[in-house]
Amino acid sequence: MSSLNHMKRMSPPPKLEVEIAGLRLKNPVMPASGTFGYGEEFSPYLDLEQLGAIVTKGISLAPKAGNPMPRLAETPAGMLNAIGLQNVGIEAFCSQKVEFLKKISTPVIVNFFGNTLEEYIEVARRLNEVERVDAVELNISCPNVKAGGIVFGTDPVTAARVVSAVRREVQVPLIVKLSPNVTDIRVMARAVEDAGADAISCINTLTGMAVDLERRCLSLANGTGGLSGPAIKPVALRMVHQVVSSVSIPVIGIGGIMSAEDALEFLLVGARAVQVGTANLVNPGAMANIIAGIEEFLAQRGIEDVNSWIGSLK
Amino acid sequence: MKDSITTVLYNRQMAPGYYCMGIAAPGYPQLARPGQFVMVRVNQSYDPLLRRPFGIFRTGTEELSHSEMESQDYMEVVYKVVGRGTRLMSHLVAGDEVGLLGPLGQGFCISPDAGGAMRDAVLVGGGIGVVPLFMLAQQLVARGVKVHLLLGGRNCGDILALAEFERLGVKTSIATDDGTLGEKCFVTQLLQATLQKFPAVQVFACGPTPMLHAVQQICAAAGAELQVSLEATMACGVGACLGCVVEGRNHSEQQPEYLCTCKQGPVFDAHELAWTQEALGPVLTPAEDSL
Repeated sequence: MSSLNHMKRMSPPPKLEVEIAGLRLKNPVMPASGTFGYGEEFSPYLDLEQLGAIVTKGISLAPKAGNPMPRLAETPAGMLNAIGLQNVGIEAFCSQKVEFLKKISTPVIVNFFGNTLEEYIEVARRLNEVERVDAVELNISCPNVKAGGIVFGTDPVTAARVVSAVRREVQVPLIVKLSPNVTDIRVMARAVEDAGADAISCINTLTGMAVDLERRCLSLANGTGGLSGPAIKPVALRMVHQVVSSVSIPVIGIGGIMSAEDALEFLLVGARAVQVGTANLVNPGAMANIIAGIEEFLAQRGIEDVNSWIGSLK
Repeated sequence: MKDSITTVLYNRQMAPGYYCMGIAAPGYPQLARPGQFVMVRVNQSYDPLLRRPFGIFRTGTEELSHSEMESQDYMEVVYKVVGRGTRLMSHLVAGDEVGLLGPLGQGFCISPDAGGAMRDAVLVGGGIGVVPLFMLAQQLVARGVKVHLLLGGRNCGDILALAEFERLGVKTSIATDDGTLGEKCFVTQLLQATLQKFPAVQVFACGPTPMLHAVQQICAAAGAELQVSLEATMACGVGACLGCVVEGRNHSEQQPEYLCTCKQGPVFDAHELAWTQEALGPVLTPAEDSL
């Protein structure tokens, strides 16, 4: 018994490196867009070099003001947000935010969106010229902006059109982020795969609502918001499992991941990597704990490579 | 700025619905500046999920003779029970664990002239808004500034920490809506009278949004410098989620200028803000678990 423990201690730590569409990540953990700013905001709390990748806040062609306040409502084991994709725009992103990202070696995935097909194409073209951008994540699924996300992300024909148009503009890996607010996510997944997506990330937030009994009004100024946090994890797991079973491109699992165990569940059902969102807002060092926890879990079970855990569901 | 799991030292009721919690907080006496805040996670469960922001009331170091440690740094938050998070918090006792992230945000800016050309300062606190003013008063008094504290509330139960300010030697005037303590008027009326006596002062205010709007108008008319501490519902507290923004002075739909209450605030120079009715967000009284 003691010799077995001894051997376990002596064995090298498990390999955590994964690959997504040619992009090598030192581990499968990255932030979800919109919960991590442009990276810099979290540098006091987290060594950004530790992360598998950095995923920026969604960028649009013009700066975007976002929704009026209130933008947040807490719900049981979750939260609703209706930030409205507030961002600095592609111009300011390139001139102000990229500089900080040059100081770190972690791969950078830039999330972006547009209000029209032409805007998607233009932002993609601009991002493709930025050396520090290692991959792009196409947001066709944000439920907050009436003119944007929801139209592209809920119709397979429209979604495929955006993906193939963007595909022509970018040489870096193209990740498409799917909305859960659809009848059958498998249809969307196949549509974007056929249109040229290199990977899929899912799920974005679930559209929800909260009311204020005292003031007799909706809690969010926008009316509806995106539900995130541990409350959505079972829905997210189901959808990631469905998507993994319907496409052959890699899938990044997202939805209510708070702990290493949560992350390991997504990997087990076949996600190649995971994105951590709301947990960053609760605990800015959350991803460091999750990475350490994944390593410890695998080491305790003698699993030498995370890739042999991924998709090993019986 | 640190994120840690730490220990509740005490949790005392100050007045009906109001509590003062002492939390072990290594380094805070040196780190925390007046007007800064902390994010407190009341327990490790997922419900409530988010931390709650609280202004730092004061910090200190307690000498411990009975323990292996010789001294212990602590910080105090004073809070009102307004929702689920603060209700759970009011049930915590000495020895319980809480998550503590902070000190966060920009605090009050004390003028280099304080104690010199600036001999008088007026501090205006509405209800729980008195909290961030105590450390400010401490520092101003230490610089030789004469501090005039104006406190307002609905009734005498909303007037907090009077004894603490008295021990500092701060002159305090009180206004309550029902006249159960001090004068029966609004605290803004006290401010108007005070500014007539001391026209060239710096004003520091924290309280409900309608009070801050009135304070801003009075100070602008009197030509007094004003800093305000805002309260907001927050998720992250570090400038990432953009859930607690207010409109800056030059804000427009085409050229958005949103300021994060958590990162660029919670204390703002009045000139930084737009001061339209919508600029500081909707009026929530009382704000659920807010700063």
